[in-house]
Amino acid sequence: MAEPVSVDEVAEAMFRMISDAQGVRKLKPNDVSKATIERFGPERCGKGTCKEAIRQLVDSGRCIYTYFGGSYIELPRPEQEPS
Amino acid sequence: MSDERRPTPKLDDLEKGPWPSFVREMKRAAEGSAMADQLLGVLELSYGDRVGHWKHGGVVGVRGYGAGVIGRYSDVPEQFPEVAQFHTMRVNHPAGWFYKTDALRKVCDIWEKHGSGLTNLHGATGDIILLGMKTESLEPVFAELTENGFDLGGSGSVVRTPSCCVGPARCEWACFDTLALTYDLTQHYQDEIHRPSLPYKFKIKASGCPNDCVAAIARADLSIIGTWRDAIDVDQEAVGTYAADGLDVRATVCDRCPSKCMAWDGTSLDIDNSACVRCMHCINVMPKALRPGLERGACILIGGKAPIVSGAMLSSVLVPFMKLEPPYTELKELIGKILELWGDEGKNRERVGEFIQRVGLGSFLEAIGLEPMPEMVKHPRENPYVFYEEYFEEEK
Repeated sequence: MAEPVSVDEVAEAMFRMISDAQGVRKLKPNDVSKATIERFGPERCGKGTCKEAIRQLVDSGRCIYTYFGGSYIELPRPEQEPS
Repeated sequence: MSDERRPTPKLDDLEKGPWPSFVREMKRAAEGSAMADQLLGVLELSYGDRVGHWKHGGVVGVRGYGAGVIGRYSDVPEQFPEVAQFHTMRVNHPAGWFYKTDALRKVCDIWEKHGSGLTNLHGATGDIILLGMKTESLEPVFAELTENGFDLGGSGSVVRTPSCCVGPARCEWACFDTLALTYDLTQHYQDEIHRPSLPYKFKIKASGCPNDCVAAIARADLSIIGTWRDAIDVDQEAVGTYAADGLDVRATVCDRCPSKCMAWDGTSLDIDNSACVRCMHCINVMPKALRPGLERGACILIGGKAPIVSGAMLSSVLVPFMKLEPPYTELKELIGKILELWGDEGKNRERVGEFIQRVGLGSFLEAIGLEPMPEMVKHPRENPYVFYEEYFEEEK
């Protein structure tokens, strides 16, 4: 049976994904989870782990939630008004 | 203060008449709040320009949460700098909206200290809506609210703060404990309420009986409406008293029954409970004579929404009858399956009702593991251009 990936590892992978997308396209938390599960494989990384990882990223302040017609997860940045 | 500072002829018009006026309240707030004062200015400008001078969304929020704060900005910040940022905070209301007065005073004190002093209790979802604050005030307000036992409610693509009618606390018709259920669901879905993880908003509302006092059928993605599955409890003597007191039972009760399931012969009210659609009409007309049956629970409906991205929809039946008792395992499992499916397959800003329309009810039911039932049919097929082979054969 495949070794499950740790929450910390998933959080790091998610953080890199969010960093790469910053300023290019906005990612919904669910998009990030789906891509992460696809990357590690569902046998190693489940939705619960992704949820924990997102929570860790947001609680630590490494990422923030934003709202631009929908809810997104991004890197912290100066306050920006919607257009 | 505002009358001295700026003329507001258009708003003044909205103070006329005997009814309470939002302009009057704003002017009262403006006496002690520069934000409320400049809000009047923006509003007067909006009426003149015939355009709203607001935009919403953005990066604002409190740390750890992705919901509960709605960023709001004026598009005329140079003219009205005090309301350049005018964010809304949603505070999770208690089930059934029961407050002790000092709890409300505490919320108001916090809001007068940090915000505009304006609130429009309650929002469509039910949260306490605190209107108008600057970004720098978000964390202090959040800290003070939580110190006093309050938490933020939902906003954005989350499970919105569940809400319900007053239920058994104040109403004899409640077929289940709406307050206990709402409290339980609020605790259970804390993560989903505060942290966006869904395609769009998901509202849960619970009404204790088919009178549906919180309009769950029209306003909630998941509507939980109390009902019963045995016979209406009839006190024939009390029916007779209504008749003796002048109530025309046949015209007022029987003839207005949508399924015509009852008859009154002058001495006895006969109900065909198998045809009753639990509309509550007869019970509402003769509350001393009729009561919901004893086997009580709720009907679970899905897909209701107000018109935001697309048109309004009413919820339709998903589970005709479900017993609702703690720990509500059956309901939570059902909601879990719905959120998982819609969370995976729903498009951005697609409500669950729209999702069901897109994929089809059959596919949706199959995916969440429910068997199709006649009660799920919204209405008979009504397209006259649909023909069935067997009909042709009969005609031959």
